Amino acid sequence: MSEKALRQVAEKFPEAVLHGYSQHGDETLVIKREALVDVLQYCHDDPGLQLKLPASLTCVDYIDEKPRFELVYTLYSVTLKHRLRIKVRVGEEDPEVPTSIGIYRGMDYWERYCWDMYGIRFTGREDMRRLWLYEEFEGHPLRKDYPLRGRQGLIPERDVRDIFRGPGPGPGSVPASRAATPRPSQLPVIK
Amino acid sequence: MSSDFSMITTRRDEAEGFFQRMVSRGLGWARKNSLFQYPFVTACCGMEFMTISGARYDIARFGAEFPRFSPRQADLLMVVGTVNLKQAPILKRVYDQMAEPKWVVAFGVCASSGGFYDNYAVLQGIDRIIPVDVYIPGCPPRPEQVLDGLILLQEKIASQSHPLVDHGAPPELTAASGRQDLLAGGSR
Amino acid sequence: MTKQQDNLAGELSRDSILDAQIPSKTMTLNMGPSHPASHGTVRFLVELDGETIVKIEPEIGFLHRGFEKSCENVTWTQCLPYTDRLNYVSALCNNFGFLNAVEKLAQIEIPERAKFIRTIGAELHRIADHLTATGATAMELGGFTAFFYAIEARDLIWDRVAELTGARLTTTFGRIGGVDRDLPEGWIRKVKDTLVRVAELRDEISTMLTHNRIFIDRMRGTGLMTADDAVNYGFTGPALRAAGVDYDVRKAHPYWVYDRVDFGVPLGTHGDNYDRYYIRLDEMRESDRIIRQCFDMMEPGPIIIDDWRYVLPPKPHVYSSIEGVIGHFKLIMEGIEIPKGETYSYTESPNGELGWYLVSDGSGRPYKVHCRAPGIQLLGGLEHMLTGSILPDFVPTFDTINMIGGEVEQ
Repeated sequence: MSEKALRQVAEKFPEAVLHGYSQHGDETLVIKREALVDVLQYCHDDPGLQLKLPASLTCVDYIDEKPRFELVYTLYSVTLKHRLRIKVRVGEEDPEVPTSIGIYRGMDYWERYCWDMYGIRFTGREDMRRLWLYEEFEGHPLRKDYPLRGRQGLIPERDVRDIFRGPGPGPGSVPASRAATPRPSQLPVIK
Repeated sequence: MSSDFSMITTRRDEAEGFFQRMVSRGLGWARKNSLFQYPFVTACCGMEFMTISGARYDIARFGAEFPRFSPRQADLLMVVGTVNLKQAPILKRVYDQMAEPKWVVAFGVCASSGGFYDNYAVLQGIDRIIPVDVYIPGCPPRPEQVLDGLILLQEKIASQSHPLVDHGAPPELTAASGRQDLLAGGSR
Repeated sequence: MTKQQDNLAGELSRDSILDAQIPSKTMTLNMGPSHPASHGTVRFLVELDGETIVKIEPEIGFLHRGFEKSCENVTWTQCLPYTDRLNYVSALCNNFGFLNAVEKLAQIEIPERAKFIRTIGAELHRIADHLTATGATAMELGGFTAFFYAIEARDLIWDRVAELTGARLTTTFGRIGGVDRDLPEGWIRKVKDTLVRVAELRDEISTMLTHNRIFIDRMRGTGLMTADDAVNYGFTGPALRAAGVDYDVRKAHPYWVYDRVDFGVPLGTHGDNYDRYYIRLDEMRESDRIIRQCFDMMEPGPIIIDDWRYVLPPKPHVYSSIEGVIGHFKLIMEGIEIPKGETYSYTESPNGELGWYLVSDGSGRPYKVHCRAPGIQLLGGLEHMLTGSILPDFVPTFDTINMIGGEVEQ
């Protein structure tokens, strides 16, 4: 349905597009990080595309691949009723991406979410604050090497025995993959 | 009677004088039938809280319909919904600001024990930071269950001893415990 | 006197001193996380100049429950209770939206009757969500009676939902490949009676509020958002339609049986709070029509697909055949194996377009579950809507965008 849009963008930016594909009815373009702002600006302004609604921005952590993080932008057009997904690959040694809130103001909270949960920094914006967690929190929890139960409390808690009852790895265990970020202690952190 | 007997008194009634007992019962009756609640509502259980405030499952018939939105004026802290680690200092602060006598109800499984959110963000039960009187499990609990919990709380209040004048030490405040960072601006 | 002395005398004259601007400071007000008007728990730092809001900054995160990380550690079916609690007033829409996405990834087509049941469930919870939003708006503006009527109507709907799914609000209904229970006996007749009563209550609420002078004064012209701005901020749902943009996922990209039922999509013109409230009332009427048409069009049939790779085998098979036992065991212990891939699927939840971005690595557990909650964009646009208006306008604006804490903070 939006293969026309896919081809249009790919033809306009031939050197920036790494590859494009269509799966389950979704059209996806993988582009280079440097061309991100230009591609998004083109998608927003071009009358043939009119992708003016920023649906979402998320990040996936492919811990076994290099580059590690993949940012996924989803754009929609309310007038032409088509959708396009744009992906950018970012490595963990250099997790910086230019910001797109100049084009889509709705991406503001999503960019803060990517910083909070994955550690992707967006250059060009004044404040890069965490969205859901508090500033005293260390680490980026949605990364695959952060333990599920890595609680960092703000206030001292009563010493109650922590019963392991939920799914996922138990307290103290970490998935067997390299720890890229320094792992915070499992006990409540009292500052 | 505050003399130190080495004998164990099995009935608290017999440890108090007649007048204190009658006063305690009267005050207990008055306090249990006019609970001013502070609804500390966070999540889905808040919807069931709205339901019991409504006309069908009426919490007003227990005298507890009046939510006081200031902790200084409330005596029942109903912690409704999940409390996560960012919200925990705020809950502690609200609890510290309430005047004695005060009771705490943990409404829902998330407040009682963290629910099924056993992860990096959620406080595993509010009894890790404040003392709780009644736990109402359920996700969310049915309104009848909540009213049952409220009745349980009322029975507990009725059976507590309420002195006319409280000579006890004031509870430790956050300021005195050295946590100055919690006073200025919450968790920021 | 020289010209200079003339000017000086003019400056120091009485009138100009009286007209001089008094420099004033703005006041910072913290509408904290535990506040009666902030549903869920949102903290607002409001800078006020008198009563005018100069700057408003929401701070969220007080209900972050680790939804995405939890989902990565459980099987696909075990994600369903987590999805319930995102938009907790309309949990069925969340459930079915998630299942839509998984079925798109697995390329499964669900049976006809399951589509009808999903539509009916989603529309029932849509009515409940709009009732909650309208009732809460009225309550916070001071009209308590409308709140009680809304809660009563919502309770009636929840009774029907409880008969269907077992729970009033956090339903965990639906499975990959269909729904897990059929409609109970006599349920259709009961729902029709309930809808009649809900319509009466809704009309009572409308009578009390729609032409109410005070209500109109507080809601008309406040919280303005133009169409271009709304699209740029990513608004969807009633907030976008109030600005005049005709985008409803049910009409634009129909799913389930929405292309077969006849319903309208109300559109607003001004983009203010009153339009958002009125659109919700109208949408309740449309949902009513959809449910009745679904009842007329439904045929008896299977409610879940028959493929044992995705669906638990029926119990007689589990207890009598080896394939049944093994199928059941693998589905429960290892999870349903969804083929590798990724997808973005979207449904129309009462607040807007609820999007799901799922990544599967072929095992029984999700690799990534991302929920594009409509409330996040709506909250992002709050600052734009409120800068320059007075503080009392904050209450109806925040109510009519219907930001649900569970979905914004996942």
